[in-house]
Amino acid sequence: MLSVSRVYKTFNIGTVNEKTALKNICLHLTKGDFVTLIGGNGSGKSTLLNCIAGVHDVDDGSITIDGVDVTKIPEHKRAGILGRVFQDPMVGTAANMGIEENLALAYRRGKKRTFKWGISSKERELYKEMLSQLDLGLENRLSDKVGLLSGGQRQALTLLMATLNKPKLLLLDEHTAALDPKTAAKVLKLSDHFITEGSLTTLMVTHNMRDAIKYGNRLIMMHEGRILLDIKDEAKQKLTVEDLLQRFGRASGEEFTSDRALLA
Amino acid sequence: MLQILLGALMLGLLWAVMTIGIYITYRILGIADLTVEGSIAMGAAIAASCIYSGVNPYLATLLALLGGMAAGLCTGLLHTRLKIPALLSGILTMIALYSINLRILGKANVSLLRMDTVYTNFMKMSFTNNAVFTKLGVTHLIPVIILGMIIVFGIITILYWFFGTEIGCSIRATGDNPQMSRAQGINTNNMIIIGLVISNGLVAVSGALIAQQQSFADIQMGTGSIVIGLASVIIGEVLFSKRSFFIRLVSLVLGAITYRVIIALVLKMGMPANDLKLFTAITVAVALSLPEFGSYLRPITKSIKGGASGAIRKQSL
Repeated sequence: MLSVSRVYKTFNIGTVNEKTALKNICLHLTKGDFVTLIGGNGSGKSTLLNCIAGVHDVDDGSITIDGVDVTKIPEHKRAGILGRVFQDPMVGTAANMGIEENLALAYRRGKKRTFKWGISSKERELYKEMLSQLDLGLENRLSDKVGLLSGGQRQALTLLMATLNKPKLLLLDEHTAALDPKTAAKVLKLSDHFITEGSLTTLMVTHNMRDAIKYGNRLIMMHEGRILLDIKDEAKQKLTVEDLLQRFGRASGEEFTSDRALLA
Repeated sequence: MLQILLGALMLGLLWAVMTIGIYITYRILGIADLTVEGSIAMGAAIAASCIYSGVNPYLATLLALLGGMAAGLCTGLLHTRLKIPALLSGILTMIALYSINLRILGKANVSLLRMDTVYTNFMKMSFTNNAVFTKLGVTHLIPVIILGMIIVFGIITILYWFFGTEIGCSIRATGDNPQMSRAQGINTNNMIIIGLVISNGLVAVSGALIAQQQSFADIQMGTGSIVIGLASVIIGEVLFSKRSFFIRLVSLVLGAITYRVIIALVLKMGMPANDLKLFTAITVAVALSLPEFGSYLRPITKSIKGGASGAIRKQSL
């Protein structure tokens, strides 16, 4: 479904701030894969996601999604086959527009936008039904501005928008990192529900080792712009945090030192 | 007095067209677009020189619309394709338009006295010439007010429809959250361009209508127009409700009229006309800083309400 081959990305080339974020990344996801992506700060996991989404151009290598080479396709055109949720709950939704308007924008992702009315009454019924799945009472607040919602509510709404028309690939970029633990757990559970229900191919970045182990069928660990570990299926089911730390140490020759990942 | 108020109403309606244009860039797209200073003069220049050379006034106004749209397109391309900051893109187009407007006009100003304008047909209508209006001395105002109302109402209706369509929603989303918009498959660059094109088209129409009303076009008439537009937008938002989009659009018109009424009254009270732009600038500065003032005032009102204990608690912190 997703094929990243020999991708390189360096920021601020030729300056003192030059930083190589991705070094020779090769990654293949098969249809229905739910991959959790973990790594310390600056390991390149968010950069990888942004390269796949088209936010950054890659310096070298190619990215193919569902058989289409998207390496040169701009972000807004790739969006049609992608679903994205961001770390910052404010980023995924338009605050000054209504809940239903946000959903309508997402519903038209990848379709040609015309002079037809921006939202139909038939859609409203659909949105109501989908919002009730979130169990946040949003189904009765269709026309409320999204800016009135809490971070958790906004993130749940973004998740719904991202999965609304079954994306070929779902990209979750630490989408629970900015939420309080209780809300984070709820949003994560919701994500898992949507992913399993729609058997969506998913790449989820997380800082939290336990979550990375608990969810998905495959775990990838990145370090300094490279993929260090790639643990699949049965091997992943047996994995514990201690194992992961040990294997990280052996593979990188360093100790894993991200407090955020360990303490979470 | 009635004459003054009706005069303000008339001017307010013509400037409301520009105010709506500025609202699109300033509030919907979140860009302070200085192109308008050039495109309002451009609209006036195109309309005046066309009418002067015998073109039908309605066609001349339409050409002004197209000219303004081209100016907006220019700013849009500078900003989105060449990645020049929006403010600077607007300034560049504005400066370029000064020369272009001089070329269109051929000289610094063109008079339209005794020429047919868009208002002429309305002046010929018998009801505007009736005894009551003549007696009040407002005969020349009524046709402009009527046509102004028709145009403003038409524009509001069209824009209300447009910003409800899929494309219109995409423009609103682009202004609200560009990152999210791109993630939802919206070509944000194109949406910014469309917004600037519509906005400057409206501004140029406003310029064309003003030139025909005052019977001349002047190369300098754009100076300070962005500030007048912003003042009108803010007055409209402060004084009138900002609930639904339709009411917002109507409040812009009311804001533009209120601004003209205020100006007419301060002039009547004896303020020198030369100080007008200073007065407008101060009004806008105060209006824009109201939220900031609010946050200064809140602790004071709180400590007044909370009495001495509130003040002491604050000191100990």
